[in-house]
Amino acid sequence: MKLKSRHLLGLEGMTKEELRLILDTAVSFREILDRPIKKVPPLQGKTVVNLFFESSTRTRISFELAERRLSADVVSFSTAASSVSKGETLKDTARNIEAMKIDMVVIRHAAPGSAHFLSRVVDANVINAGDGGHEHPTQGLLDMYTLREKFGSLEGLRVCIVGDITHSRVARSNIYGLTTMGAKVSVCGPETLIPREIERLGVKVYHHLEDVIPEVDVLNVLRIQLERQKSGLFPSLREYHRFFGVTKEKVSRAPKPITIMHPGPINRDVELSADLADGEHSVILQQVTNGVAVRMAVLYLLGT
Amino acid sequence: MKLHLKGGRLVDPVSGKDESLDLLIRDGRIEMIGRNLSADSSFRSVDLRGKVIAPGFIDMHVHLREPGFEHKETIETGCAAAAAGGFTAVCCMPNTNPAIDDESVATYVREKGKSVCDGLVDVYPIGAVTKGRAGAELAPMAELVQAGAVGFSDDGSPVASAEIMRRALEYSSMYGIPIIQHAEESTLTQDGCMNEGFVATRLGMPGIPSVAEELMVVRDIILLRYIPKARYHVAHISTANALDHVRRARKEGLDVTCEATPHHFTLTDEAVSGFDTNTKMNPPLRTADDVAALKEGLRDGTIEVIATDHAPHTIDEKDVEYTQAPFGIVGLETVVGLSLTELVDAKIITLYQLVEKLSTNPRKILSLPPIKIAEGEPANLTLVDPVVEWTVDLAAFHSKSRNSPFHGRRLKGRAIGILNNGSVRLS
Repeated sequence: MKLKSRHLLGLEGMTKEELRLILDTAVSFREILDRPIKKVPPLQGKTVVNLFFESSTRTRISFELAERRLSADVVSFSTAASSVSKGETLKDTARNIEAMKIDMVVIRHAAPGSAHFLSRVVDANVINAGDGGHEHPTQGLLDMYTLREKFGSLEGLRVCIVGDITHSRVARSNIYGLTTMGAKVSVCGPETLIPREIERLGVKVYHHLEDVIPEVDVLNVLRIQLERQKSGLFPSLREYHRFFGVTKEKVSRAPKPITIMHPGPINRDVELSADLADGEHSVILQQVTNGVAVRMAVLYLLGT
Repeated sequence: MKLHLKGGRLVDPVSGKDESLDLLIRDGRIEMIGRNLSADSSFRSVDLRGKVIAPGFIDMHVHLREPGFEHKETIETGCAAAAAGGFTAVCCMPNTNPAIDDESVATYVREKGKSVCDGLVDVYPIGAVTKGRAGAELAPMAELVQAGAVGFSDDGSPVASAEIMRRALEYSSMYGIPIIQHAEESTLTQDGCMNEGFVATRLGMPGIPSVAEELMVVRDIILLRYIPKARYHVAHISTANALDHVRRARKEGLDVTCEATPHHFTLTDEAVSGFDTNTKMNPPLRTADDVAALKEGLRDGTIEVIATDHAPHTIDEKDVEYTQAPFGIVGLETVVGLSLTELVDAKIITLYQLVEKLSTNPRKILSLPPIKIAEGEPANLTLVDPVVEWTVDLAAFHSKSRNSPFHGRRLKGRAIGILNNGSVRLS
């Protein structure tokens, strides 16, 4: 079996079989990560360019490691060092880089749809590493991988995504992927940060953590951006922490332990208390490890 | 030039005629109208059996981009697009550089219009409501009227200040000229680039809520109730709720009119799903419910005008990330086909109503003299083939720009010629 598209632009519209293929492929790469020698040859002779138009440490390093461990040649490019500041368009930047004969492009960009746009203007395989508030498919996949690893199956698993859903690509990719795999997905956050008609994506909406905690197996806690407060979407970090921050005290009311996820970077004791982030039910570091394996799987499936 | 237009169906809302008639045209005037006329061989005979003869169409909402943005469109290329699309007149919006906010720019635009495309297309400037369209001080409206402005608008931006809108309505009421509002409460729209709703939620795109349009229309209607002598026209209305407010205000007897664009009554925000920047315009494509409401408004007469909001942008300007792309699409060369297909062929409105919305009604709103199709009158006509099937091909456009989401679309019906100011264009 192969993936239908030669790009990974988002999880929306992917079938259960395709998602399963990526997750299953990631299992074998995850094993490689525990070996003393972590390098395998499938992308030997291929060149991957990481185009990061938004700052990112974790995702970029994760992609670079995944690419190098598959033996690809890797070039990374970030806004600070780019020609974007000279007024060059994304199209020109991408086509110029492609003219240097590259095979795959990983793109992170603030505009929703920028990965789709890129896939129309270059011939290389395009992997979306986050396009604005739209999708972050490899994050969705690594979250699914981590949950499948822990729970055995995603079918019927109850996952709530907590925080700023409106601006979150992580939320969307999780919703698309998890609902396709049969999980029961809900979102919880202030009404001002829940996008309109999101129920039509098959998710339940909550505004009070105390309502959702008894109902779920997993809380996937999103980072809250301070700039949302400045644009009037919530009153203060203090209030946010008090009513939407996930704390030990709040989750202790659950009938059984709740698994804690976070896509990072964490604002400790704002959206998530430090003791939970570092606690026994947190899988946050597993997410990071699995991220490399999942990205290796995606690169492998698209690049070979 | 002598023409014998044979056997066409004359659809003329001014005289109320709707019957098959021959027309003899000599030197730009209608010499004779009647059944089965005969003419000597010096008349070029045009077989119009199965075709329609209508008073010349006018698009009261276009952006010709000149002066200032000639890389997108010029008055010449815009008029060529209008002529090809079946229009003998266009009204150009003042968001040029400099803006059409004084006599000299208005005169320039009008004179330039006369000098291009054999004078086939009358160019009527819309004057800015405020100086530089900055929203702060009234533009010299009286001077602009004298220079030929037929309406006032800060289109592209709303007249945001209630005080300025009040004064604009008062001042323009002296001349019986409408204020054309780009109805948008900007504090609600901010960096939005598509309709706020399910599709924007799916795509993670910043939204433009429908209430932003509704709120501005409601505010203006309340002002109009206070200044009932004034005339108010809503440009490119796109939401069911705003339309409802217009409907009620009209029942109340206020002088409110509105226009709808072909893209707003044809496409929904679902079209944005592929991130094609040719689906990005302001107001944005709305929901299926809004489209249904616009069709009902067109049917019941609340929407008196079809206008395109023809907004040319170059390929490079549009071929960028969705959020970076400018708003707007071209429309002059597809509006007749889309209207015939989506409205007339779909039995939403009759051909007669379509002619009203593309000719008689906008002229009335802009206080332009009615086009008389009568012996001795100048021939200002649009010829339409209502059934020919064709495929939209951007490469064949006369506009300088190609930003249309309708490339490759099959349409039924199109304009096949125009006559105006003694010139003729037949395709």
